[in-house]
Amino acid sequence: MKGLTIIAALLFAQPAFADSDLPPAYWANRQLPNARQEAEAEALMEELRCLVCQGQSIADSDAELAGDMRDLVRRRIAAGERPAQVRSWLVQRYGSWISYRPTAEFAAWPLWLAPLALLFAGALLIRGRIKAKS
Amino acid sequence: MSRSLRFAPLVLLILVVVALVWRLATPADTTVSSKLAGKQVPMFQLAAGVSSKPGLASGDLATGSPRLLNIFASWCVPCISEVKVLQGLKSRGVAIDGIAVRDRPQDIAEFLARNGDPYQRIGSDVQSQVQIALGSSGVPESFIIDGKGTIRYQHIGPIEPSDVPLILAKLERAR
Repeated sequence: MKGLTIIAALLFAQPAFADSDLPPAYWANRQLPNARQEAEAEALMEELRCLVCQGQSIADSDAELAGDMRDLVRRRIAAGERPAQVRSWLVQRYGSWISYRPTAEFAAWPLWLAPLALLFAGALLIRGRIKAKS
Repeated sequence: MSRSLRFAPLVLLILVVVALVWRLATPADTTVSSKLAGKQVPMFQLAAGVSSKPGLASGDLATGSPRLLNIFASWCVPCISEVKVLQGLKSRGVAIDGIAVRDRPQDIAEFLARNGDPYQRIGSDVQSQVQIALGSSGVPESFIIDGKGTIRYQHIGPIEPSDVPLILAKLERAR
């Protein structure tokens, strides 16, 4: 009986959501009427990292803060700002962490150099093989 | 293929496993700190979060002496225990302002009535816009702002009783 009561209680248990009761921001899940601006906003949102679900973009995330950031991006693009301006405004606040697009900063050099290094290593390997065969 | 090179895959595998075990044992730090530390508080103006208190604008934070800006919400569970610590700071003479994120006046009023009210002013940030402008990534978070309106310190997560000496020291240094 006790077991049944516990199971029944579990059935009605509510997970403790750490979310507000307020509806999403106006532009969180709504497209801009101007198709060109919406495309720009969409492309930018794909490259901005969600602060809550780190590893997802704000375009993919259901977190409330991601919705509020989509609203911010669409509002600023609609007001005539360039995507690069919106991105740098966010980078000023959260660092380059917030943007998925790799930059030319020193820490990102291995990322750019690795393909060249691998290509070079591959070429050496092939040269070695051809030499060995002939 | 030379003898030593034969073991290269095994060595690589061991290296990868060691790296994975190390990351599992010491997880990466996922807190995102604001890059605005040392800079001026961005301009903002927020309507009052509760009818009994004034709202909050960036100008209200530059009053000549350091202030604690607490970002909280009535729906945030860790904020409940943090308010009690903030009450303690208030009784030591710390000036505290609040920004309530994604909240309703009646909910904020109920939260304050139930848990205590250490705030001088409360601004209502319905769409997290000021939170984002401050480089804050969640609730609760606190900023120490000096008399000129410069952000001097950011505390991520609730201020625990054990953090009080640190907060007081940071406030003293902001003087």
